[in-house]
Amino acid sequence: MSTRNPRRADFPLLAANPQLHYLDSAATSQKPRVVLDAMRAYYERDNANPHRGAYALSARATDRYHDARERVAAFLGASDADCLVFTRGTTESLNLVATAWGHANVREGDEIVVTALEHHANFVPWQQLALARGARFLVCPLTSDHRVDLEALRAMVGTRTKVVAFNHVSNALGTLNPVNEIAQVARSVGALVVCDGAQGAPHLRVGFDALDVDFYAFSGHKMCGPMGIGGLLGRRAILEAMPPYQFGGDMIEFVRDEDSTWNALPHKFEAGTPNVGDAVGLAAACDYLDALGLESVLEHERTLVRLAMDRLREVDGVCLYGPSPSERSGVVSFTMAGIHPHDLATIFDQDGVCIRAGQHCAQPLMRRLGVSATARASFYVYNDEHDVEALVASLRRAKEVFAGGGELLPDELVPCRGAR
Amino acid sequence: MSDLQELYQSIILDHNRRPKNYGALEGASHRAEGRNPDCGDEVKVELAMTGDRIDEVRFTSAGCAVSRASASIMTQNVKGKSRAEVEQLFATFHELVTGKLRPSEQEARGLGELAAFSGVSRFPIRVKCASMPWHTLQAALRDAPRA
Repeated sequence: MSTRNPRRADFPLLAANPQLHYLDSAATSQKPRVVLDAMRAYYERDNANPHRGAYALSARATDRYHDARERVAAFLGASDADCLVFTRGTTESLNLVATAWGHANVREGDEIVVTALEHHANFVPWQQLALARGARFLVCPLTSDHRVDLEALRAMVGTRTKVVAFNHVSNALGTLNPVNEIAQVARSVGALVVCDGAQGAPHLRVGFDALDVDFYAFSGHKMCGPMGIGGLLGRRAILEAMPPYQFGGDMIEFVRDEDSTWNALPHKFEAGTPNVGDAVGLAAACDYLDALGLESVLEHERTLVRLAMDRLREVDGVCLYGPSPSERSGVVSFTMAGIHPHDLATIFDQDGVCIRAGQHCAQPLMRRLGVSATARASFYVYNDEHDVEALVASLRRAKEVFAGGGELLPDELVPCRGAR
Repeated sequence: MSDLQELYQSIILDHNRRPKNYGALEGASHRAEGRNPDCGDEVKVELAMTGDRIDEVRFTSAGCAVSRASASIMTQNVKGKSRAEVEQLFATFHELVTGKLRPSEQEARGLGELAAFSGVSRFPIRVKCASMPWHTLQAALRDAPRA
């Protein structure tokens, strides 16, 4: 086998732990040194409260924040950087749209459509909006290989459909969704198109200007950036027509005793002191990913996913979920007959193999897969074949540990409904 | 014994594969369901009580080996016991799985199969797997009696 992936040296945590097999980047990625350095430099040289200081240091902090927004917007293919609202992450971005746009535009009897592939963050805000407004909440089913069923979606939408919300890439299975095809169905009935890009932006060129969506939400911490920052890209006309999400400093224009008016985009949606340090870190993460080239990042992930799926299939009792490697990002979700994913994760951990086990914040999907949980390995820029081999070796070890338990119960032998 | 072997002792693996008192309880007087939203584990505990005493107890679960084995061994240990006795037993069990109690050989014998869970204390994130059936049992004991 080849030597370790040289990218590991860019990531202090991985460099310091050569035995670690970090296979949970879909939960959060590790952070390259350049990101940590950029944040440290900001706090050491330029830190002040932006937008309000009457001194040079504050002006510098303002510049850094502005530059970070321009940089991140450019990375995501958005030419109008004012239409990038910084948030705490995807969850806050989606709640922003569901709350601010949703309450102003969704009425009783309207319909909101999401898919069965959604993370709770792109499911519950819409479900709760529907409940609050007396709208119908519809969940688009999946095909047998766990992709959005476009035929079913076409049949589901109608003149009452106000929102179609879906993810770019499934966090639980890695499924790549055909954004523009789904958007076309939504457009045909005039619905708002909302894309959860938490698992898209780290791996794919978003190209927001050419993407047929109204909103695109993403998180910085899954794309080599720091925790606590992400964003919402929106179309200018829609953002301008929307009421604010939160009120406070920075987002206002005039405050009279009776009423107030709002600042221009993007500040209208950024109440309070902005998160400049993390924005600077996220901009550095975009530089890092650009230098690697997102196309080669995805190709690298697919190579590892293909290898992992092939090697896992060799292990008796494994069930793989999701579509073929060419239709997914760097995620492999699987179960092992007779061993709960949580037990797998504990045993893997003893070998330094970090995976996610559970429902992946996607209970509606787990119900449809007919499983209570899955084990999920996710690959990113720093992973390599050694990580795949460690994963498979740990799985074989788990089988040995559990071999003492005897024959499988009938309910543990449910037929695999995955892509195996 | 490695930490892993201590966690997955044959008693635990055996109860996981062939749980005791598994299934629905006809004519249950008390019941409760427990869920761990982090991992998706679910357990349902049903009791038939006479006064303060547990006559019958059965459970169903979807979850990891630790939680299923814990539920199985728990049901064997609480049958015939009063609420106060159950509370006492859970307090001891909780100290065991959190590492506060390091039983002597004699104490371990007194704990019977419950002693198999001492290995959980080396895996702090698994403590809730072992305790969830007990919390669910407590909830069932608080459940209003059904006719």
